[in-house]
Amino acid sequence: MSGVSIKNITKTYEKGTVLALDNISLEVAPGELFGLIGPDGAGKTTLFRILTTLLIPDKGKATVAGFDVVTDYEDIRKIVGYMPGKFSLYQDLSIEENLNFFATVFKTTFEENYHLIEDIYVQIEPFKKRLAGELSGGMKQKLALCCALIHEPKVLFLDEPTTGVDPVSRKEFWDMLDRLKARGITIVVSTPYMDEASRCDRIALIQKGKILEVNTLEKIIKKNRQPLFAIKAPNRYKLIKDIRAFENTNSCFAFGEDNHVSFKNGSEGMPQLLNYLNEKGYENLSHKEVEPDIEDTFIKLMLETENHD
Amino acid sequence: MKIFLSFVRKEFRHVIRDKRSLIILVGLPVAMMLLFGFALSSEVKNSNIAILDNSRDETTHTLIDRLDQSQYFSVKEILHSEKEIEAIFKKGEVRLVVIFPANFQENLLHIQKAQVRLVGDASDPNTSNIIINYASGVIRSYQDELFGLQKMPYQIELDTRMLYNPQLKSSYNFVPGVMTLILMLLGAMMTSVAIVKEKEMGTMEILLVSPMKPLMVVFSKAVPYLALCFFDVILILIMAVYILDMPIAGSLPLLLAESLLFILTTLSLGLLVSAIVDTQQVAMFISLVGFLMPALIFSGFMFPIENMPIPMQVISNIVPTKWYYSIVRAIMVKGLGFAFVYKQTLILLGMTLLFLGLAVKKFKVRLE
Repeated sequence: MSGVSIKNITKTYEKGTVLALDNISLEVAPGELFGLIGPDGAGKTTLFRILTTLLIPDKGKATVAGFDVVTDYEDIRKIVGYMPGKFSLYQDLSIEENLNFFATVFKTTFEENYHLIEDIYVQIEPFKKRLAGELSGGMKQKLALCCALIHEPKVLFLDEPTTGVDPVSRKEFWDMLDRLKARGITIVVSTPYMDEASRCDRIALIQKGKILEVNTLEKIIKKNRQPLFAIKAPNRYKLIKDIRAFENTNSCFAFGEDNHVSFKNGSEGMPQLLNYLNEKGYENLSHKEVEPDIEDTFIKLMLETENHD
Repeated sequence: MKIFLSFVRKEFRHVIRDKRSLIILVGLPVAMMLLFGFALSSEVKNSNIAILDNSRDETTHTLIDRLDQSQYFSVKEILHSEKEIEAIFKKGEVRLVVIFPANFQENLLHIQKAQVRLVGDASDPNTSNIIINYASGVIRSYQDELFGLQKMPYQIELDTRMLYNPQLKSSYNFVPGVMTLILMLLGAMMTSVAIVKEKEMGTMEILLVSPMKPLMVVFSKAVPYLALCFFDVILILIMAVYILDMPIAGSLPLLLAESLLFILTTLSLGLLVSAIVDTQQVAMFISLVGFLMPALIFSGFMFPIENMPIPMQVISNIVPTKWYYSIVRAIMVKGLGFAFVYKQTLILLGMTLLFLGLAVKKFKVRLE
């Protein structure tokens, strides 16, 4: 019973002029590690704040562990752990002091629930006397996670926990989430990093307040599969412009050192584009067909919704 | 209770680790007391004066000596003509010029009437008033000596007594004033800034999403400041008694209890501000302009309220500092008991409940 259910949630700011969430519906099963993937400004934080009872939706209904986010907000606040996107601990208190303070606020003690955070805490313990403001990004996030976990929450909301954290710490952080999931805690986590999607049971792609797709990563990619080609040439900027000018190009985006291109007429477009580019005088062109990954899929879905609007 | 204690501990850590708030908390009262006590005294000591003596006789010389020897004046310059008077005032070197007309002694002895002219620099009216009073006093006492042996036919003797503060010490005025200002500043500003800071830093988000009742969060934040303000009251009183030699005439427990009430008033004002605003800057601005300015103007500490136009007198009644200031003066200076301050106490109590009620009503259990 510790799932999350969101039905037709709409939220606007500035007296209805700014649309943050547009008729969103989602189900998160109990014990699931669920990812909200989307760029900055997609509405992830707004959704988190509604689920943690900090904001009231304009329309729609949402429940966390069966409690309504508007009417039963006091019940929800007792059973969720929340880690806001911005580092929100006391910078002028030490690691130890922050943990003890939040433990008391959550009506427990550091010692009583030490087993919950032990894995994470041992990594920051050598610095326990250090002020939180002087910690590195990765350590800050570990401390914040400790604070959010100290009262053994049933549902954990993590808003962009890995933003601004180095790749090694990011990996460690996700390893920790796996262990928490093994304990049966429902986890909803948001991230702007597409590569982290693979660590989630299921993901929702979110863009401009709309859910583009909800499913497992594999199914989303499979469902939206289309022939995709990687093309590379020395003059990259001009290449992108020329490919985009080609009539059958559907999309063209820089991807690592390559440009990923899809066509309105599928695979047939590739030889046509090569002819077109040869006429333009390109030499040293290299090209190959590639398997789309989550980023390609996200761009495809994003373009579809934009064209749809 | 445990939660509350942990809030207290945390709040003290914030204050101790933040040099700025520590300076405001301890430095400000000490600085204000020392400034008002020693530097900004409205008592007059060793004012420079100039003399224009057109008579140059025995009597004028004696009078000039008397003025110079008194602790209030020192004769800086002897002038030689009327023209120099304006020049010396313009230079700003003296505050008073004493002019003796020609034939001063002769007139005094023969027609029993002689004139002294006192010219003051009234660009600072308060000080020049005080100085002229002192100078008149010195001259009058000399006159009394002179005629002491002779019987005057009719005489009205003025016997003035300054009650409660016979030496006209300015500390009697400013110690209650400083207490009022400091408590207003600390109670309202530090509390509201401390709470709004949690909103700005995002920690309020975490505190709200916790099993704590939201109102408990802000109350627990406010209570440590009660202790800090009370510490300042005691600090100011100790300085008043031991450094400025100002005794506490009335009951100390009563004074402390009334101070506690006023601290509660300022804390509830701080809570009200923190419930309404979202940034530390706005909270600070409201506290300084909205609370400190009226506290300065309307408490009666700097300007007598009776002299204000009626509308301003009416406004002064809604300023809590006015009532606390009058309570402190009544207890500390006049030594009056509770029977004489119960009216002010009730008004403060009413205001506290009103502010607190508004703060609770305005308080948001969510972010918007």
